[in-house]
Amino acid sequence: MPAPHPHLDFLSEAIATARAARRPVAIRGGGTKDFYGGPVAGDTLDVRPLSGITSYEPTELVITALAGTPLAEVESVLAGGGQHLAFEPPRYGAGGTVGGMVAAGLSGPARARAGCVRDHVLGVTLINGRGEFGTFGGQVMKNVAGYDVSRLLAGSLGVLGVLCEVSLKVVPRPVASVTLVRSFDESGALSLLNTLHRRPLPLGASAWYDGGLYLRLEGSEPAVAAGCAALGGDRLDDTQAAAWWAGLRDQTQPFFAAPGPDLWRLSLPPTAPAIPLAGGQLIEWGGALRWWRTDAPAEDVRRRATVLGGHATRFRGARPVRDPFTPLPEPLRRVHRELKKAFDPDHILNPGRLYPEF
Amino acid sequence: MPAPLVDASAPTRSAGSEARRRELLGALARVLSGEAILADSEATAPFECDALSAYRVRPLVVVLPRTDEEVAGVLAACRALGTPVVARGAGTGLSGGALPHAEGVTLSLARLNRILAVDPVACTATVQAGVRNLAISDAAAPHGLYYAPDPSSQLACSIGGNVAENSGGVHCLKYGLTLHNVLGVRGYTIDGERIEFGGQALDTPGLDLLSIVVGSEGMLAVVTEVTVRLLPRPEVARCILASFATVEAAGRAVAEVIAAGIIPAGLELMDRPMVGAAERFVHAGYDLDAAAILLCESDGTATEVDAEIARITKLLTDCGATRIEASRDEAERLRFWSGRKNAFAASGQLSPDYMCMDSTIPRRRLAEMLRAIEGMQARYGLTCVNVFHAGDGNLHPLILFNANDADELRRCEAFGADILETSVRLGGTISGEHGVGIEKLNSMCVQFSPAEREQMFRIKRAFDPAELLNPGKVIPTLHRCAEYGKMHVHRGVSAFPDLPRF
Repeated sequence: MPAPHPHLDFLSEAIATARAARRPVAIRGGGTKDFYGGPVAGDTLDVRPLSGITSYEPTELVITALAGTPLAEVESVLAGGGQHLAFEPPRYGAGGTVGGMVAAGLSGPARARAGCVRDHVLGVTLINGRGEFGTFGGQVMKNVAGYDVSRLLAGSLGVLGVLCEVSLKVVPRPVASVTLVRSFDESGALSLLNTLHRRPLPLGASAWYDGGLYLRLEGSEPAVAAGCAALGGDRLDDTQAAAWWAGLRDQTQPFFAAPGPDLWRLSLPPTAPAIPLAGGQLIEWGGALRWWRTDAPAEDVRRRATVLGGHATRFRGARPVRDPFTPLPEPLRRVHRELKKAFDPDHILNPGRLYPEF
Repeated sequence: MPAPLVDASAPTRSAGSEARRRELLGALARVLSGEAILADSEATAPFECDALSAYRVRPLVVVLPRTDEEVAGVLAACRALGTPVVARGAGTGLSGGALPHAEGVTLSLARLNRILAVDPVACTATVQAGVRNLAISDAAAPHGLYYAPDPSSQLACSIGGNVAENSGGVHCLKYGLTLHNVLGVRGYTIDGERIEFGGQALDTPGLDLLSIVVGSEGMLAVVTEVTVRLLPRPEVARCILASFATVEAAGRAVAEVIAAGIIPAGLELMDRPMVGAAERFVHAGYDLDAAAILLCESDGTATEVDAEIARITKLLTDCGATRIEASRDEAERLRFWSGRKNAFAASGQLSPDYMCMDSTIPRRRLAEMLRAIEGMQARYGLTCVNVFHAGDGNLHPLILFNANDADELRRCEAFGADILETSVRLGGTISGEHGVGIEKLNSMCVQFSPAEREQMFRIKRAFDPAELLNPGKVIPTLHRCAEYGKMHVHRGVSAFPDLPRF
């Protein structure tokens, strides 16, 4: 049991002061995802001093860490135990924290098979906008005592509370991993992807870019070998494969990193057909995630995503925008507004990061 | 059957309450046909409890809508009149979540029982809330697909109830809980407005409300339609049955399997009294000399499963298994499971009644927990048998008692509360998969601080400002906790034991 941390008092006092003065705070970890979401006008509240792994017991499949703990530290400790975060959180640079990872709620290439950040959150301790501490969830896999507040915090972008500590489910690293590449055009790749997930194949991740379909098979040796035989294609050597998936996960590869039009993130049903937009595209998650570099007007991109049963986020661009996320329909919008009030009645936590109105 | 703890006899109504009842019936008659409204006490009697039959309340009215529009109409009518609404699925819940409200409407979703779509390409099924869990897998079977979460009541329980409770099952270590297998739900707010959480894509804009609606026990919205993710059915499953001379050795063996990087499809532990009861009941071939037995299942392709079974067999043998066998065919696998699947029924043979607990603890505290339960048997003068979802730490102690003996019932309740409190102290939780409902309200006072409980009330009011959806469940009031008189205990591994809580 760790000793009470001095930075906790600092954080709760900062919230109390902010509340009294009605001066919003901008919660910040490593700042690796500063670009994501709307701009926040507020005093920076740095969570990084609240750092350290509270407990890690590999056989319990759980790690608990203070929110400011560098994600890299968590990943390296897990690797030492032969385990990892199955959802492959994107890093977007050095210095990201585990609290920022949960608050952003973003998952990497393995998401379609392994689940998302939220699926792996087991518990959190937070400070709400009233300056109150609360612990929700816990360190066990199954927990239905009360509302699952801890999972609600995943992807909440700091608008409900300041994360202080998180517990995450971890899993063993796959024993074997092989990446196959085959040539396909966009619709050919989508058709094939839509047949793959209903076969008992150990498909850990998939991506299509520039005429190449990349399939990562992972699991036990016999399962991967059987999957390779069933799918066919050129096998990437292990170094190349690792570099390809890391470039995708961290968005360092040229499709993402090169200067150019805005980067849009379209989250769609995996069976959605090819989309005719101007610009370049990269597909992940078996067709459920489509990245576009496009100058198409926001309304046009959003309309196309909505019609197909999904939504579009202006993920990254030259200039920040106030409304990067798809607006909410009623009555969801009202519930969001009321939930914000339930956690942060004075709107002092990250106002504007998720939606302009809160 | 335990004696009712709550008086179910028809209350004598004041003139005012009779007038309100007539007004409600009038409003319901405008949205439902007469046969969908049950108002006399004979007709409402079957709805007075769920599977937690020790608690019974006769509802004012039961409604059985057939369509979404009717559900919306019922909710709007109740909202206008300030009438509480308790949604109900198949009534198989074990925590009294569907216990009626004496002044309220019980909204049965049993007639919303159509499978709307099975999409073998997207691997999803969209079904109405009243569809049975197993019926989804049956409908998906022709495509080689199935719905993974398998609560033991899966033959009868409805998917809407599974969503309300975030139900698990014996395979959830590998395949996740209901939340992990649901893409989206549709339903209605208390105002009767249509609302959707999640969707057909893997995420939605804004807050992840699906994660809080799943498991909210009907207190935030009424779900009428659920889209679930389907998985390809594994080619083969095989099961290992292993005996151990001590519970500690069995617990260590579980840790070794996980440490070796194996996530079994199922991993169950039963203690000696439970093994004896199950064996007498179904003759599964269990080892009566064992202090504990483990069931460990592997699924996947044939080669993969054979390799994993070999590895697990070696690990368990190295951990001191005194007897071990692996199923050679499907019949044998089902025989191994038959004792575990009939554990509750077998306990019913040991005693007139049993109370099933459902706490979760960090797995490494298992032996400690079982020793504590042994001590409690002596303290409360009652016997307890144990089954354990060993992979994920979810413990189901079954306390044997006679409900017709008021003192035994009282001791049984105290025994149960003690188990829950001990679980919280060991760093666990009061409910792993059965929900809080009415049964564990008092224990919520022990697990959560007043500020945490107030935060949950605020969440409820964000969805349901008038607090009409399943009121009085899940979150205990300050007053109730004060009466219960037990303080919030800090969880075993809480990071901030000395922080002031409000």
